[in-house]
Amino acid sequence: MNMDPLFLSFRLALCVSVILLVLAMPLAYWLAYSNWRGKFLLESIVALPLVLPPTVLGFYALIAMGPRGPLGKLWLALFGHGLAFTFTGLVIASIFYSFPFAVQPLMTSFENVDQRLLHASSVLGAGRWRTFRRVILPLSLPGVITALVLSFAHTLGEFGVVLMVGGNLQGVTRTVSIDIYDRVQSLEYGAANRMALILLTISFSVLATVYAINRRVWSPWAAK
Amino acid sequence: MTRAKRIPRAWLELLVIAAGIFFAQSNWAAQGREIRVAAAADLKLAMAELVNKFESNSHTTVSVSYGSSGNFFAQIQNGAPFDVFLSADIEYPRKLEAAGSAEPGTLFEYAAGRIVIWMPPEINADVRKQGWNALLDPAVRKIAIANPDHAPYGRAAVAALQKAGIYEQVKSKLVLGENISQAAQFVQSGNAQAGILAKSLMLSPEMKNGQVWEIPRELHPPIEQGAMVLKSARNKQGALEFLDFLKSDSGQRILEKYGFVVPRRISAVPAQP
Repeated sequence: MNMDPLFLSFRLALCVSVILLVLAMPLAYWLAYSNWRGKFLLESIVALPLVLPPTVLGFYALIAMGPRGPLGKLWLALFGHGLAFTFTGLVIASIFYSFPFAVQPLMTSFENVDQRLLHASSVLGAGRWRTFRRVILPLSLPGVITALVLSFAHTLGEFGVVLMVGGNLQGVTRTVSIDIYDRVQSLEYGAANRMALILLTISFSVLATVYAINRRVWSPWAAK
Repeated sequence: MTRAKRIPRAWLELLVIAAGIFFAQSNWAAQGREIRVAAAADLKLAMAELVNKFESNSHTTVSVSYGSSGNFFAQIQNGAPFDVFLSADIEYPRKLEAAGSAEPGTLFEYAAGRIVIWMPPEINADVRKQGWNALLDPAVRKIAIANPDHAPYGRAAVAALQKAGIYEQVKSKLVLGENISQAAQFVQSGNAQAGILAKSLMLSPEMKNGQVWEIPRELHPPIEQGAMVLKSARNKQGALEFLDFLKSDSGQRILEKYGFVVPRRISAVPAQP
């Protein structure tokens, strides 16, 4: 059985979850500690991919990445080629798609850090960055792991967005979900089933790991 | 009343409301004289006119679902509640007939599809003059086709490229749409600079302004479109009526208008571009 699509999905999920962690951390910090009244607006925008169908995201991604869209124009000027049908294009689209899965666990765990510890740290002369690094981050470790694992798993299972902007290129954009879909379409139910079972096993193990971590400590992920 | 008793009561009320909503909806969906048609994506434009014409002369109303023929095949095998299946590849209805899911004697080829090369207006290569060579133009970085593994239009596109002798040269430029509509989307949005698409999509407002070159019919295997009534059809009478309409002169004329080759032409005038 050709395992390329599975490895490609892994590579995509790994890139996306690591990049997302870097991007989501400052935003989650700001969302957790800012006193701005309009904060709920930004929170709503962050949560949008949870409720929008992948077709909406995929459609806008396809338009935005085209030569008439802002992202496509920029890319064409910088690199001389479009973004659609490339691995980089998939990474960018997936970052939007999995954004809430990284931001929300981080935000919740930052919010749950005991305020008195933050005050103590400040009274003892630590700056904001030092407090973040030495107090908030270690206490939020389960949240960080949850964010990393959930965005990884969510990207691994991504289908609609990839279908709409990927173009199904072997080794470049044919992810495991697209591969399974193709096999079902070609009536190769046996092969589809084998690939699907592998994905099911991996996804279950990933989720079981997260929930195991969360049970032992406290849950940074509000009941869902 | 104790608290323990009050909770199940509220739960029961909710259940009644939920059931009410559920049945209200399913009643509304199951109106008597309706037929449900599963139609291949290449029929999207023609179907609107076909349905209009059919409904004006009949009491039967038509509700259409569009999708890929392979998907419908799998769904029908698993009991999807359609009355009529219009497939872009006659192989699927044939397989369903062999499996006993078709109403005996209803399967027929209602038309054959044509393929064209379509380019957005902003690409300079003149496809009408250059034909195949337009695809070799360096401005054409990506060529969208439907997935040849399961879409009949994709198979025809690859066959034609091979016959024309340029498949190896353009292979690395190909991007695959899930079905022919998606391949059209890839070019129409400008992400691909050329596409090998169904002629039946060319009359859509989004495609009209592009450049079109018809691929000669002898360069690819015929894209046979197959229609059948499902054995499990709930409105068999209406379904048969609709198939008769597809065979009729006015039905065939509409199909022809949207770029399909209709059966009498297939046999009468072989391979005329």
